[in-house]
Amino acid sequence: MSTYSLSSPSSQNQVAKILDNDSMTFAEKAISIKSKRSQSHDANRRNDSSSKMSMAGDIAVVDVDLAMAQDSTGPLAIRSLNEMRIDKLYDPSKVLLVIDHTFPAADEKVANLHAMMRKFASKHDCMLIEGSISHQHILENLAYPGMMILGGDSHTCQAGCLGAFATGIGSTEIASIWATGQIWLKVPETVKVLLSGNFKKGVFARDLILDFIGKLGEDGANYRALEWTFSDDIARRDLTMDSRACITNASMECGAKLSVFPFDKLTEKYINDNPRRIKEDSALEIHPGSSATYVDEINIDCIGIESMVSGPDHPDVVRPVSEIAGMEIDQAFIGSATNGRIEDLEIAARILKGRKIHRNTRCIVTPASVRVYEEAIRRGYVEIYLESGAVFTNATCGACVGTHLGALGEDEICISSSSRNFVGRMGALSSKVYLSSPATAAASAIEGKIASPEGYL
Amino acid sequence: MASEDSLRDNTSTTPPPPPPPPPSSSSSQQQSSPSPLSSELTSSPPKSTTSPFTTEAILQGKAWVFGDDINTDIIIPFRFKSRTNDPNEMAKYAMYGIDPDFHKKIGKGDILVAGRNFGGGSSREQAPVALKYAGISAIVAESFARIFYRNAFTVGLPALEVPGIKDRTVQGDVLVVNLGQFTVTNTRLGDIFQAKSVPDFMKKMLLDGGLVEYFKKNQKFPWT
Repeated sequence: MSTYSLSSPSSQNQVAKILDNDSMTFAEKAISIKSKRSQSHDANRRNDSSSKMSMAGDIAVVDVDLAMAQDSTGPLAIRSLNEMRIDKLYDPSKVLLVIDHTFPAADEKVANLHAMMRKFASKHDCMLIEGSISHQHILENLAYPGMMILGGDSHTCQAGCLGAFATGIGSTEIASIWATGQIWLKVPETVKVLLSGNFKKGVFARDLILDFIGKLGEDGANYRALEWTFSDDIARRDLTMDSRACITNASMECGAKLSVFPFDKLTEKYINDNPRRIKEDSALEIHPGSSATYVDEINIDCIGIESMVSGPDHPDVVRPVSEIAGMEIDQAFIGSATNGRIEDLEIAARILKGRKIHRNTRCIVTPASVRVYEEAIRRGYVEIYLESGAVFTNATCGACVGTHLGALGEDEICISSSSRNFVGRMGALSSKVYLSSPATAAASAIEGKIASPEGYL
Repeated sequence: MASEDSLRDNTSTTPPPPPPPPPSSSSSQQQSSPSPLSSELTSSPPKSTTSPFTTEAILQGKAWVFGDDINTDIIIPFRFKSRTNDPNEMAKYAMYGIDPDFHKKIGKGDILVAGRNFGGGSSREQAPVALKYAGISAIVAESFARIFYRNAFTVGLPALEVPGIKDRTVQGDVLVVNLGQFTVTNTRLGDIFQAKSVPDFMKKMLLDGGLVEYFKKNQKFPWT
């Protein structure tokens, strides 16, 4: 199967012009290429009918390549379609339903909603995936550079790690895409982030993005795009695709509309290693122009980053592990869409190997997909977890959203590599969630209190 | 008042529009209660000549004031919203993260006032649905998180971005929201705030009662 072929710009003059443009950001290019109609907020450009460029602040109606909803947003999307009496999908091959959040069903009410999704997928012959987290499934199987992905899930932005335009919206708007193939988008302003240097021992991509969110604030990238680039080859070498996915996923916690690593050799290698069907001329190498306009430019030297802990209650309450080490915990959670990839499970296995989970602490490990699950078995990680006393679950969002497989009781404290630490996120309103890297969570599981992973590596 | 009626859901599951709540009587600064529909409050500032509306929708309600970063898990926790597809059931958990009994305390038509970044976090459309079906008629905040903001318009719940509103509003103030002008008036102080403008198609969708109602009426989506 031919897995990856870039479209030939010469066959698509307009697209070629946009790709070559020197003054557009990634977001401006990605939206312009998919734009059917665009209304400029700038009167001069609005009167120039030859301009097909959508620039920051403009509103464009775009063609969508993939519109996803999961089991907590899909049922509402289906309900809205029914209320509008829309019985035909624009293109079922671009519609993805994923049952991941409360999978397998934790109770009868959830089971009924899952049944509703299965019935809908069967009737319309659209894609239905059960038992892998949507974002990881899209990364492993569907996304490609330049793809326009809208998801009924805020962390849909994860697919930016493959150079796609990917963002979250609500259920009824997803339903409208299923019906028409299109949606409106406001072109975001862009913050450019330049990475350099290597991580210290015990520091990972999750620490980088936690630190970043702490500095930018909980709404620091609201409405904005984050464009991640490299100012040296060391950072480029160290940030694997799993690490990129962690960063683009967690970018939602500072409100980002888009978080993207533009196409490079690693993108190409990842797609070649993880083949997928891509329609001819669909994949596009979108590189931001060298004179594009950015609202901010942030330089990060990775060597300056410590192991970080965020929380409780807000993602931007962040401090180094050393400042909170020693706090007793009831549970350590490793996994989820933010940090449940094989690189994360590997580091957890390295730390847990030959050691025991503290007797006052539960430890739960949840892979992000079936593929990661199988790989963890193959590499012997699952055996290590079980010997240490940890629980290894199926791939699901369960614990992260407090619905099953790891919910917290009153006043319980959890250190977690999952996505959010909002009040009551994982269970009781009085429980507290602290976010960290999988390494910090694993070290903490052994000690029964928040601990630095440094001595375990 | 056709347009005001159309702001509310017309399905049989929704109660009829409530009478305006009584103004707060706790404040000594309380002015005599102005009629929201007849006083000068509704005709000022001057009407925009470019307004696409023939009728202006006026909402009046008592204010509940919240702080910054009220996220979607506070507005409705996942474990409740993920086990039902019924808006009236979702309404029982509105603002559960701050007060599990909040839905019992809301008067029909009450207005939420909040600080920065209201609705951050998840994409859950159930968040504005829960608030709307609990009786909230509008949200006025210093700023909104982007997905919540879209979702509020989608479900026909007015969301007005008004920098400075939080510090100029106290619990129980009676606010008047003019959706034609996109203004908010605090009747106690007489302040009139201009909310951040939105594209016409979003306003039309809002005045039709949200995306589903817009589609049912026009047989098209607002942007197509």
